[in-house]
Amino acid sequence: MKYQSQSVAKLYFIAAIALFAAQILFGLIMGLQYVVGDFLFPEIPFNVARMVHTNTLIVWMLMAFMGAGYYMIPEETETELFAPWLANLMFWIFLAAAGATVAGYLLVPYATLADLTMNELLPTMGREFLEQPTITKIGIVIVALSFLFNIGMTILKGRKTVVNLVFLLGMVGLAVFFLFAFYNPVNVVLDKFFWWWVVHLWVEGVWELILGAILAFVLIKTTGVDREVIEKWLYIIIAMSLITGIIGTGHHFFWIGTPEYWQWWGSIFSAMEPIPFFMMTVFAFNMVNKRRREHPNKVAILWALGTAVMAFLGAGVWGFLHTLSPVNYYTHGTQITAAHGHMAFYGAYVMINLTIISYAMPLLRGRNAANPPKSQILEMWSFWLMTISMVFITLFLTGAGILQVYLQRIAESPQSFMAVQDQIALFYWLREGAGLVFLIGLIVYISSFFVGQSDPEAVAAD
Amino acid sequence: MAEAFTKSMARNIFYGGSAFFFLLFLALTFDSLGQLPNRDNRAALEGELGPVIAQGKTLWEVNNCVGCHTLLGEGAYFAPELGNVYKRFGNSTDAIKGFILSRPKDGIPGRRSMPQFNFNDEELTALAEFLKYVSEINTAGWPPNIQG
Repeated sequence: MKYQSQSVAKLYFIAAIALFAAQILFGLIMGLQYVVGDFLFPEIPFNVARMVHTNTLIVWMLMAFMGAGYYMIPEETETELFAPWLANLMFWIFLAAAGATVAGYLLVPYATLADLTMNELLPTMGREFLEQPTITKIGIVIVALSFLFNIGMTILKGRKTVVNLVFLLGMVGLAVFFLFAFYNPVNVVLDKFFWWWVVHLWVEGVWELILGAILAFVLIKTTGVDREVIEKWLYIIIAMSLITGIIGTGHHFFWIGTPEYWQWWGSIFSAMEPIPFFMMTVFAFNMVNKRRREHPNKVAILWALGTAVMAFLGAGVWGFLHTLSPVNYYTHGTQITAAHGHMAFYGAYVMINLTIISYAMPLLRGRNAANPPKSQILEMWSFWLMTISMVFITLFLTGAGILQVYLQRIAESPQSFMAVQDQIALFYWLREGAGLVFLIGLIVYISSFFVGQSDPEAVAAD
Repeated sequence: MAEAFTKSMARNIFYGGSAFFFLLFLALTFDSLGQLPNRDNRAALEGELGPVIAQGKTLWEVNNCVGCHTLLGEGAYFAPELGNVYKRFGNSTDAIKGFILSRPKDGIPGRRSMPQFNFNDEELTALAEFLKYVSEINTAGWPPNIQG
């Protein structure tokens, strides 16, 4: 850690990991409810568990992105953060808002929460992933704007690099597109159309800029490859992300009442969306192969390579599987979507956040470069446990999805949704088993922060 | 990458490409918005049942129905698609109201069950009319069959 103010990142990273743990626990609850339908009913109905699962995911992504920003930007700009106190203050506001929101989900019926938070004044609740009370959404905007102000001012007074510019651009896009969360017309088609301006333009748009910038930063630091080379790659990868991803939004406009021409635009452009992810994989392996130094933080490099591979598989390959409109006609709104969602989110965004945490945390905790070998080895175990179990979660959901599509939508005498669900229960049991292995991986991950603390830290082999 | 391909070329592709395709996206958006009146069943919203449908959408939202169900394929995959439930239930709003009303308070042992929301008749009508309105949106022939 070169700049004192980078230390604010630590709080954000710790909270991110805590929310990650909550996300996984509620994921396991939902997974069990898929096969034991009355589990925790009516205390924690499925929809409540799902809100906690997806909303803690979103919040911990944002927490980790902000932590990454507060860590990277001072180092990239070669100056202290503009206002570390503001970063600290915003952390506590964000954490309190997130905590209160999750408590609201769990303690009162959702309709009561809508009442208590005066949703009727500006109704924004009750839409997938945007379930947060309006007041929480306003809080997210305030936190995001403060963050942008803080790192924007830091960049203004310091060195401008491609990494901090791309990161800033990604975070500005994140804030701007989130504003569409406040548009909620009665017209369902319009509602859905602009809902995707938040959801798609986040995860298949501006978030890829954030992902690229963080990956570039960690590769610059750990491989010692010339910044010029890495920045050129970064530009071309994010160029392909937006060139394919913006019109690629059209793959959500096939069946929601929008004109049929979206089937062409959406199919063609989203079929190209795997390209930037493939380039990212080539990029990450190339840079590591051309490394000019042996960085002692081996596990951070493992995460960096892992995110490049898994983002390509989850977002690229599993996205392509069902993105062409003639295929999507049958797979839309089935477990195929869930399979893709799990691996894409894990590969692209969970793993990039664990990459920057893995790189930065040892430094934030006062080490020179890396954790002791014992701690790194444990973290590598967690990498493989979580990653392999996520591959299996995805495969089992894909199996469930193929059967669901066939029995419910293709077979000669199509069966009802619930009748089909009963028949594919085996796959849900297997998914839950894989989910338990993921939890073990997460426990190993968290414990890696506590082992070998008094050991000397790892040094480079050369 | 070849030396001839410089960083500033990559940067220009990024800014130029993103700007071009974002503008194209905006153009397509405006064109879509122009076509929606013929597809999105807004006549129902502008008719005398408009306020009832609006109330139904509010109830749909504040009870987080999308946390279990899909609507036009979007939402959670825990419970049946509801975009076409009006048609699946024999084009009957009464059947929809009857189903919601009949959910057991304590669930069904071992199985998934929709919670009992204790809606009054006005609210049930609003929800059913909302679902009827959605079922009459032109969705390009989706879902493939009545099972959703």
